[in-house]
Amino acid sequence: MSATVRAADVSVGTELPEQTYPVTRAGLVRYAGASGDFNPIHWNERVATEVGLPGVIAHGMLTMALAARAVTAWAGDPAALVEYHVRFGRPVVVPDDDTGARVTVRGRVGALSEDGRARVDLTVTSAGEKVLSLARATVQLA
Amino acid sequence: MALDPALVGRSYPPSALYEVSRQKIVEFAEAIGETDPVHRDAEAAHAAGHPDVIAPPTFAIALTLSAAGVVAEDPDVALDYSRVVHGEQRFTHHRPIRAGDRLVATPTIEAVRSVGGNDLLTTRVDVATEDGEPVCSATSMLVARGTA
Repeated sequence: MSATVRAADVSVGTELPEQTYPVTRAGLVRYAGASGDFNPIHWNERVATEVGLPGVIAHGMLTMALAARAVTAWAGDPAALVEYHVRFGRPVVVPDDDTGARVTVRGRVGALSEDGRARVDLTVTSAGEKVLSLARATVQLA
Repeated sequence: MALDPALVGRSYPPSALYEVSRQKIVEFAEAIGETDPVHRDAEAAHAAGHPDVIAPPTFAIALTLSAAGVVAEDPDVALDYSRVVHGEQRFTHHRPIRAGDRLVATPTIEAVRSVGGNDLLTTRVDVATEDGEPVCSATSMLVARGTA
């Protein structure tokens, strides 16, 4: 029950491996079912465009979950993430094709505390635009 | 209509009991593409020091979204859901949610603001076991566009 990354091996500025995750329409349907968020803007093009969106968009919470994967994959332990805050900036538009959208997650250690916690500042983009305007994860390191 | 600042601090009754199953955790992990065995294999979870498989860090939304919905439906709040977008989300974990947990979610209004014609409603949902052990808090900021 601990991270595989040791605080002693991390410093402010340490970069996490960049990760890219695909998001497809089928994936949105699956996430809707798993999370219980059935808002039609995440699966119905007609409703999405009626409310002024460019098309069907991913659940913000799915983008948040993908960004967390990049953090816990680096830390080596999903239980190491103790605090996590994001601000949703732009929607991830998911085209109706077999490729979908791609969400890219970059991370950098922005602060370290004496109790071995690292604050990871995340940059999360899709189609070259930042989709989370603020994303910070606090990880308990070994 | 702008939200009344007097709403800040209002708490709501705890949700119905939510029983966390291994299957629901696997379903959620698959939906976010997470393959770490601690989410699906009890042996792997035990080896990592957990009593059972653990949920991914954002799993709590499966319970807290509907708990926060109770706030939005409060006649004194009456948020127009067709105008609502999710502005911010925070999770504070005391320990991972795990299979077998029997959880209740208790919402509290943490902040209301009106900015640029939009109503901003911040709700904190505290998740605890039915015995009162704190598990996590999920704080959602919702933006109702053009309602203030």
